[in-house]
Amino acid sequence: MAHHVAERPASPGPAVPGGRTRPRAGGTGLLSGPGARGTGLAAAVAVLVALALASVLIGYQTLSAADVYAAYAAFTGSDTDLVVRHLRVPRTLAGLAVGAALGVSGVLVQGVTRNPLGDPGILGINAGAALAAVVAISVLGVSTLLGYVGFAFLGAAVAACAVYAVGSLGPDGAGPVRLALAGAAITALLGSLTSAIVLRDRASLDEYRFWIVGSLAGADTSALLQALPFLGAGLLLAAALARPLNAVALGDELARSLGTRLWLVRGASALAVVLLAGAATAAAGPIGFVGVAVPHIARALVGPDYRWVLPWSAVLAPALLLAADIVGRVVVRPEELQVGIVTAFVGAPFFILLVRRRRTAGL
Amino acid sequence: MRGSSGVLPPGTGVVRAGGLSVRVHWPEAALGALLGALAVFMALVSLAAGDFAMGPEEVVGAFTGHGSVMATHVIVEMRLPRALTGLGVGAALALSGALLQRLAGNPLVSPDIVGINAGATSGAVLAIVVFGGTALSIAASALGGAVATALLLYLLAYRRGVSGQRLVLVGIALTAMLGAATSYLLTRAELTTAQRAMLWITGSLANREWAHAVTVGAALAVLMPVALALGRSLSLLQLGEDTATALGGRVQPARAALLLTATALAAMATAVAGPVAFVALVAPQITRRILRERSAGLWPAAACGGLLVVCADLIARTAFGGSELPVGVVTGIMGAPYLLYLLARGSRVGRSG
Repeated sequence: MAHHVAERPASPGPAVPGGRTRPRAGGTGLLSGPGARGTGLAAAVAVLVALALASVLIGYQTLSAADVYAAYAAFTGSDTDLVVRHLRVPRTLAGLAVGAALGVSGVLVQGVTRNPLGDPGILGINAGAALAAVVAISVLGVSTLLGYVGFAFLGAAVAACAVYAVGSLGPDGAGPVRLALAGAAITALLGSLTSAIVLRDRASLDEYRFWIVGSLAGADTSALLQALPFLGAGLLLAAALARPLNAVALGDELARSLGTRLWLVRGASALAVVLLAGAATAAAGPIGFVGVAVPHIARALVGPDYRWVLPWSAVLAPALLLAADIVGRVVVRPEELQVGIVTAFVGAPFFILLVRRRRTAGL
Repeated sequence: MRGSSGVLPPGTGVVRAGGLSVRVHWPEAALGALLGALAVFMALVSLAAGDFAMGPEEVVGAFTGHGSVMATHVIVEMRLPRALTGLGVGAALALSGALLQRLAGNPLVSPDIVGINAGATSGAVLAIVVFGGTALSIAASALGGAVATALLLYLLAYRRGVSGQRLVLVGIALTAMLGAATSYLLTRAELTTAQRAMLWITGSLANREWAHAVTVGAALAVLMPVALALGRSLSLLQLGEDTATALGGRVQPARAALLLTATALAAMATAVAGPVAFVALVAPQITRRILRERSAGLWPAAACGGLLVVCADLIARTAFGGSELPVGVVTGIMGAPYLLYLLARGSRVGRSG
């Protein structure tokens, strides 16, 4: 390999299984011991609640807690009451649900592929959901949310399978870079098809351009309720996967000798990812980088044990998403920056930092 | 006049004329000529094909001044500039891809993967949405976006040298960020402007006029000789940074000049036709495979790029009944499977190279 990489790989060969994070002493995070992790988690939940409250109060029109209380206790139909009931609260709830879904699906993708750069978006799931939703709206004339969500799921599932299949076809299996590139290729392919459709149909272009940025602003309560069963099922499945993922992290052979049925873990993870990311994308459009960043933050805090990483990610991701949404509402007042734009501009530098920190061989 | 020196690779000779001598790689020259001839032939075919189909004699008539006014107008004012723009855009993109791929020693480091096209796109959409989108403002803004992105890419991927893999991954992140910016601009535009921008984002040769053909032609006329002249240092750089320095090559300036040339080529192509997907990635790989070489020659790659875009545009224009697709959709649908095939074959893709 006559090539001008100045740094020399420490060890040639495929991705190092345990190499997701630079292991700290004993492989634990900043918070060691169940006590610190539990207390920390409670504190994180408190932060999340505070952010949720802030998300209800802050915006074009800044509200007080009394306004919110009045909107439910003494509804008069005033502008403030309507803003609370129909805009801020649904938007905040959507942020909580979508955030948890993105964070947990990010953990699952990274865990099962042992890919530190794994993210539903990077793996083509968003593009699949986008194409399916556009086909549903523009070609098949589907207009109910349940129809869209169904199609988004279908698209997400097909895209995820295709990316994983292509990524694992090569001589040395599904390496992280290979998966990321297969995802880029599938995303480009599906993107071409999507633009072919929206270019022919003014109305679907108008919907598509507001959907593709990724926004919580359009959320409404009934749509959220319809997506909720899928999210719930995905989260339950993820909870059941914590222990098997710990085994998978040890490498395929060791996991197998510990009695883990790898095909079952992979299949169940894929199902959970499709349920979570598909529902999140259908509800809010593609929101990138939350899924890739949050698991890293969680692992830095609590170490590699998935029984801690999963709940922490389920709390940190919605906190991050709500914070990004609040920032988006404040920075360009009176306009709004959609949450997907904010996460891309915060998340992409984070991703680049991850790439720079890793040695070439470790990727 | 085959080279007799043992230093030259097989198939290479030296052509001497007076005081000048040029090293020629015969298989490469032959392939370049063949692909170039094919590209010109397909361009001529595309002059005749379309809603208003014409025979060869009408095409000849239009050029010699014996055709009907109508046919002459369609061919000389509509189809010819479009075909020439397609040839130029394809050649510029492919040349850019070939330079970058050889520079990084990685087939995936092409302007569409590492974010240079995305930078040009963001710049151009900014020009369309905010500044009304005259041809000049689009070109300038696309060039600015591409150069800024290339600089950012190089700085962010630089860490004790630049690895191809790091360029790709940093590029994916930059592409995502620029994509978000572009999407945001689309939501801020009037629907009609957004439609225009969307067509442009997809990569299209529809309604391209002589001004576009001249722009991309001028860019090629300036940048292609630079690229070919830098080709020598390219083979030096491929030996590796340390070796190249030891052999007396000035590595950093050569690399910066190459990167800038490749960026400018991609930016000018994008300014004229939008980011036509995958041409930059695929064209050099096709010629590389035909020649069974480690790296693609620049001439054949450029000819192959022109051929690809002209063919794709012909398909986009004629294969879908009355309505035409943007050329970028066709190259995207044809190119993505090729990238997937490269990945599945596992040929050095996704490794540092």
